[in-house]
Amino acid sequence: MKSRKDLWSLYSEKVMEHFQNPRNVGEIESPDGIGHAGNPVCGDIMELYIKVKDDIIIDAKFKTFGCGAAIATSSMLTEMVKGKTIEEALKVSNKTVAEALDGLPPIKMHCSVLAEEALGLAIEDYLAKSKRK
Amino acid sequence: MRRIYLDYAATTPTHPLVLKAMLPWFTDGFGNPASIHSFGQEAKGAIEEAREKVARLIGAKSNEIVFTSSGTEADNFAIKGVAYAKEHKGKHIITTAIEHHAVIEPCKFLEKRGFKVTYLSVDGDGLVDSGEVKKAITDETILISVMHANNEIGTIEPIKEIARIANDREICFHTDAVQTVGHLPVDVDELKVDLVSISAHKFYGPKGVGALYIRKGTKIVPFMHGGEQEHGRRASTQNVPGIVGFGKACELAQKEMGQEKDRLETLRDKLINGILDRIDHVRLNGHPTQRLPNNVNISLEFVEGESMLLNLDLVGIAASTGSACSSSVLEASHVLLALGLPHESAHSSLRLTLGQETTGKDIDYVLEKLPQIVKKLRAMSPLYKPGKK
Repeated sequence: MKSRKDLWSLYSEKVMEHFQNPRNVGEIESPDGIGHAGNPVCGDIMELYIKVKDDIIIDAKFKTFGCGAAIATSSMLTEMVKGKTIEEALKVSNKTVAEALDGLPPIKMHCSVLAEEALGLAIEDYLAKSKRK
Repeated sequence: MRRIYLDYAATTPTHPLVLKAMLPWFTDGFGNPASIHSFGQEAKGAIEEAREKVARLIGAKSNEIVFTSSGTEADNFAIKGVAYAKEHKGKHIITTAIEHHAVIEPCKFLEKRGFKVTYLSVDGDGLVDSGEVKKAITDETILISVMHANNEIGTIEPIKEIARIANDREICFHTDAVQTVGHLPVDVDELKVDLVSISAHKFYGPKGVGALYIRKGTKIVPFMHGGEQEHGRRASTQNVPGIVGFGKACELAQKEMGQEKDRLETLRDKLINGILDRIDHVRLNGHPTQRLPNNVNISLEFVEGESMLLNLDLVGIAASTGSACSSSVLEASHVLLALGLPHESAHSSLRLTLGQETTGKDIDYVLEKLPQIVKKLRAMSPLYKPGKK
């Protein structure tokens, strides 16, 4: 029999690693921006929380209801945006997240779109809130 | 690592005695059953013997059994074969919303070619109401197809009642019995069915072989053309080793079915009750008692199915889900939605199906691991609000 790693071909090792040990799970108390993306019909729902100081994302946390790809992309995205300026963070696309995970199966690419959407919405929320201040 | 297979509804391992029976027919017994010489006649003898075993298991005559390549083929053959044989009499078919795709898709295919299909809804437990069948019948109805038991939720349908209604109106009745033959007693005369789909690999036979039972006198158009095999109903050189294995699996099932059913039901109920005791916000999908002896289907609210499957697989447990995320079409199970489940609950479904190798220790292991996995995934689910009932 082959080893487990050889048998598992749906996801890359990196996806499985993030799926098993997701980074930044949870909520941020009084966040500066929240993004909700996805819907129950497609089966993926993501909530992204960001804390911003001096235009830099100093913390990001998420909660995700979804498949392995959705959880891994959520985890990777939060890692990637932390420490970035808002302008830099806006450049993080679903493709860059998927690439950082060594790729996703084609049918799962839409899961990475979910993470990108949540990020866009969280930043939008932050910008709207900061304007009001 | 410990590996526990709980996906017997998807497929079963070939029984060692089945494999043993098959092997000579790959080598010494390689002849073509259509050949006149002794090589051919030996192979023909082997498939006829297997045909008798299949027939015996379901109380049929052996000339009413047509071998196919699968349960899916048997379903396609039944639906399209009857539709084309009877289209001059009418173009209406009645089936249900929870059939296997092997029935639903041929029906959709026929709809595009001028047939009308009624897809009967089911109640919250997945039961078809025979009264609804009666109401749906028109003068145009030529075929009624209702599955014996559902492959996802395990609900056993009242097909005897439905077949009686079909008989009274002289309408052909088909049942997809892929999940029941070999596991539960199926007798074609007691049930009064005209067509029955069977698949070998669902009860410890090999993949790539199935059968359609066709009651004598049933009008049906051949499924494949190009040879006189299977009384001209299904051209193509028979899969001799596969058919021999199928026959052996039927013989074994006939002997072991009763005892195995009781054993599996005990394990099934231990698993269901164990999950309900250990995890909150769980729903049992399918009928609580009128269900397959080996089927457990539950929705673990706030947790998505594929992420559960991956985590279970990491601890060696193989299961299945009706979540969209795990399907190639990205749609949640049509069966779970037909029960009236909201999409979230369909995505949260987990199917565990038991079989010959399953032991009480395996169930204990699942009951130890599953709550941990659900807890971990709920902690990261935006839908889960602890404390809320």
